[in-house]
Amino acid sequence: MHPKEIAALLDEPACAHNHKTKSGCSKTKPGATAGGCAFDGAQITLLPIADAVHIVHGPIACAGASWDNRGTRSSGPTLYRIGMTTDLSETDIVMGRSEKKLMHAIKEAVHRFSPPGIFVYNTCIPALIGDDLEAICREATQRFGVLVVPVDAAGFYGTKNLGNRLAGEALLRYVIGTREPDPLPPEVVPPGITLHTINLIGEYNIAGELWHILPLLDELGIRVLCTLTGDARFREVQSMHRAELNMVVCAKALLNVARKMKERYGIPYFEGSFYGITDTSTALRTIAAMIGDADLIARAEALIAREEARINAALEPWRKRLRGKRALLYTGGVKSWSIVSALQDLGMEVVATGTNKSTEEDKARIRELMGEKARMITDGSPRALLAAVAEYRADLLIAGGRNMYTALKARIPFLDVNQEREFAYAGYQGMLELARQLALTLESPIWPVLRRPPSWRNNLVTVPQVA
Amino acid sequence: MELTKRNKPLILSPLKLSQPMGATLATLGIEGAIPLLHGSQGCTAFAKVFFVRHFREPIPLQTTALDQVAAVMSPDDNALEGLATVAAKANPRLISLISTGLTETEGTDLERIVRTFRLRFPEYRHIAIVPVSAPDFIGSLENGFAAAVEAMIRTLAGKRRAKERRNQINLLVGAHLTPGDVEYLKTLVEAFDLQPIVIPDLSDSLDGHLIAAPFSPVTVGGTPIEAFSRLSESLATIVVGRSLWAAADLLAERTAIPDYRFDHLLGIEATDSLIALLSDLSGRPVPPAIERQRARLEDAMVDTHFMLGFTRWAIATEPDLLHAYAALAAAMGAEVPVAVASTSSPLLKEIPAGEVIVGDLDDLEAVARRHGVDLLLSNSHALATAERLGVPLHRIGLPQHDRLGGAQRAAIGYLGTRQLLFDLANLILEHHRHDVPPYRSRFRPSEEAHATHATCCPAP
Repeated sequence: MHPKEIAALLDEPACAHNHKTKSGCSKTKPGATAGGCAFDGAQITLLPIADAVHIVHGPIACAGASWDNRGTRSSGPTLYRIGMTTDLSETDIVMGRSEKKLMHAIKEAVHRFSPPGIFVYNTCIPALIGDDLEAICREATQRFGVLVVPVDAAGFYGTKNLGNRLAGEALLRYVIGTREPDPLPPEVVPPGITLHTINLIGEYNIAGELWHILPLLDELGIRVLCTLTGDARFREVQSMHRAELNMVVCAKALLNVARKMKERYGIPYFEGSFYGITDTSTALRTIAAMIGDADLIARAEALIAREEARINAALEPWRKRLRGKRALLYTGGVKSWSIVSALQDLGMEVVATGTNKSTEEDKARIRELMGEKARMITDGSPRALLAAVAEYRADLLIAGGRNMYTALKARIPFLDVNQEREFAYAGYQGMLELARQLALTLESPIWPVLRRPPSWRNNLVTVPQVA
Repeated sequence: MELTKRNKPLILSPLKLSQPMGATLATLGIEGAIPLLHGSQGCTAFAKVFFVRHFREPIPLQTTALDQVAAVMSPDDNALEGLATVAAKANPRLISLISTGLTETEGTDLERIVRTFRLRFPEYRHIAIVPVSAPDFIGSLENGFAAAVEAMIRTLAGKRRAKERRNQINLLVGAHLTPGDVEYLKTLVEAFDLQPIVIPDLSDSLDGHLIAAPFSPVTVGGTPIEAFSRLSESLATIVVGRSLWAAADLLAERTAIPDYRFDHLLGIEATDSLIALLSDLSGRPVPPAIERQRARLEDAMVDTHFMLGFTRWAIATEPDLLHAYAALAAAMGAEVPVAVASTSSPLLKEIPAGEVIVGDLDDLEAVARRHGVDLLLSNSHALATAERLGVPLHRIGLPQHDRLGGAQRAAIGYLGTRQLLFDLANLILEHHRHDVPPYRSRFRPSEEAHATHATCCPAP
C-alpha cells in the first residue's frame, strides 16, 4: 500500500482524536508497545462476516496464532471459524512462488466451500517482496466468478486501529454497493408501521451482544440491513448502502466508513453506545429522531419507558449488593465513560478511570459523570494500575483481558470488558449480566482466603484435638 | 437449610448402597484379606460385579451361601463351613465375616461364630477374623465401611500405649477417599518425614497395578496386619471422615494417642489445617514443594472463580462426600440449592445447602428441576438424570462404571483440589450455560433462500 494512502487514512477528519495535540493515531514506540498490528485490526473488522472465506496470505505466524480466537458469534454459517492461510515457505518466498500459491489457494477455497465472497489478507512478507495482491484478486474474481477482496493491511503498516480502517476501506472499495438488499416478504412488516433501515457499524456481536439489541429494533420496525460486522453475511455488506442511517457503535476506528458512506450515498450517521441503561435509551432515541418518523419516535419512547422499568426492577436486588462498591476502570476511548455510566446505573462508585485513549470530548463526558475532581489515569502499566487500586482503595479493577492477570495475580477482583470477554453486556438485558459478573467476582469467597497467609506459616494449629 | 427425610413407599433410582458393600470395601484395603459375606449368595455376587466394574480390578469376595433351609435351621454352620473353606482354599491373612440383612434378621451372633470356629479349627489360628455387623437395613456404604474399620481396631489393634514413640502417624480414612486420595495423603505425610499407617489403605490394593502373579484369591497390597499392633506407637492419629468417629473413639480409648479429626480434605482451608498439623507434629517446616502446590491451587481458584462463581450445584452422594463437595461449592462462591444424602448422618445438619434431603436420585431430579441447577455431582447412575435436566454431570463416589480412572482420581489436598476445580470449570465452559441464544431478526430474509452456494463440499 502506498504511504500516502496510509497517511490519508490516519488523518480521519471525523475523528475527535484528530484535533488539538494529537494528530490522528500516534506512532508506536519500540520497546514499549502493547497491542496488535494492522493485520490483526483488519481481521477483527472482517472475520465476523460469517459466510465468507478468509485467507491469510503469508507464512504461518500470522494465521497460526490468530485463527478462531475471537468472541464474535454467528447465528448461522461458521465458515469464518475455519482458519485459512497460504502458509508461505522459504522456497515460496525466495523463488517468487507466493503469488501463484495464492491463486491456487483461492481456487481451492472456491472449490471446497463455494463462498459468496473471499477476503485475502496481505501480511508483512508478501508486502515486502511486492506481491500484487490487487491484481491476483482481480484475476481470481474474473476466473472463479466469486468476489475476491484484497485486504491490504500488512502488519507493519501500523496499529490495530489502522487495520480496522484499512478493512473498512476495502469494504468501501470492493464490496459495499455491489448488490441491492434482499426484498422482504410484505407480511413480516406489521400493518400501520413504516419499516426503516439502519446499519450498525463497529458492532462485532461479542458473546452475542447484538442479540440483546436486535429484538428492540425488531419491535420498533427497524431493519438492520447490515451489522459491520457482527453476525453479518457477505451479501448484507454488499447492500448496506441502502440504509437510511448509520450508527457507529462504540468505536472510532470505523468512522471512515460512516463518513465516506455519507459522502457517497448521503447516509447520515451518529456515534452511540449500547452500554448502560442511559446510553441504550439515548441510542434508541437518536435512531428514531434522526430517521424523523413521528410515529417511530413515539413508539421508541414507549419501548424505552417499558424496558427501563423492567430492567430497573430486575436490577434492584443487584443494586443492593453492588451499592457503594469502588471500581477502578481502565479501558479505552468511548468505554472510559460509557462503562462509567453503566456502573453508576448500578449504584457503584468509579474511583478513577483510564484516559489513555480518550479524546477531549470523552474527558468532558467523564467530568460530567464523575464530577470535576474525576481522577484520570494515563499510565496503564501493571505497576501503575496496582498502585492506583491501592491508592483509591478500589474493590475491583475493570479492564481489558490484557490486564486481567495483573489484577488476578495481585488477588484483586476483576471484570473483563474487552474483545475477548465471554459475556454480553450490551443493551438493557446486558446490564443484568454485567451486574451478575460484577457481583460474582466482588463477592467471591476466595479473596479473603487468598489474602490470608496459610495457617501453617505462623505454625498455628487450627484443628481442635478431640481425644 | 432445610433437612428433609423422605418417608415414601417407593424408592426410584436409589442412591444408597448397602452396609455390607461398605464393609467389603474397607476389607479390600487390608493386605492378604478376603471379605466373607454371611448371607445368601446374591449379596456377594452383586457386590462383586459392582466393585469389579467400578475399579476395573478383580475383587476377592466370598459368601456363606445361605439357602432357605440353612437360613432357618443352621446359619451358623454355613458360616463355620464358609470360614473353613476360605481359610483352606485362599489361605488369607485376614477374613472379615460380614453379616447381611438376612443373617441379622435371623439374629446371628458373629462373635460366637468366631469363638466356635477358633475352638473347632485351631489349625487356622494364624488367620485374623474380623466380625463386622453390617445389616443393609440400616445406613449406607460409608456406615458399613466405618463399622468394618471399627471392628478391625477392636479385633486387631494393640491394646497398650507403647513407651517407644516412632515418627509415625495413624491415618483413619473414610469411604469418601479414593485410592488416589489416599495415595496423595500418604505423600503429604511422608513429606514431613512421618511414616503413615493407613487404615484401610486402598491406595496399596485397589490402585490398579499389574502384578507378577496371574491370580490371587485374596487382596494384593493394602495395610499389613502387623501394622495394627503398631498403631499404639504412633505420635498421633489423623481421622478423615465424620463417619469414622466411633472407630476413632475406640482407637483413642485403646491407645491413648491424641487424634485430630477432619471431616474432609477438599479445598485450601482444610488442607492448610492438615499441613499445619503435620508441620506441628513433625516439628518440621513446610517443604517448598508443598508451598508451591498451595500457590498453584490459589492461582487455580482465581482462574476458576469466574466460571464456578454463582453456579448452582445439585449434589447426591454419601453424607461425608456430600459435605465435602458442598463445602467446596461454598468456598468457591457457588450455591448448592439441593443436596441429596444416601442416608442420615449427624453431619447433614452442617451441610451448606439450601435443601438437604435424605433420598434418591428421583428426589434429586424433582428438586433440582424446581430450583434450577447448572451442574450435577453424583455417581454414574445420575447420568440419565443429568441428561433430563440438561446439565453436565461430574462423577463422584461409587459407582463410576462408565469412566476410566474415576476411581483413582485424587480430589483432596492442594493438588487434587486444583485438578478438581479445573475439571468443574471445564464442564461449565463446555456447557455454555450463560451464552446469549442466537436471535434472528424477522426483517432478515432466511438464510436458505439464498443458499445458492453450498457452505461446504468435499475436497476435489
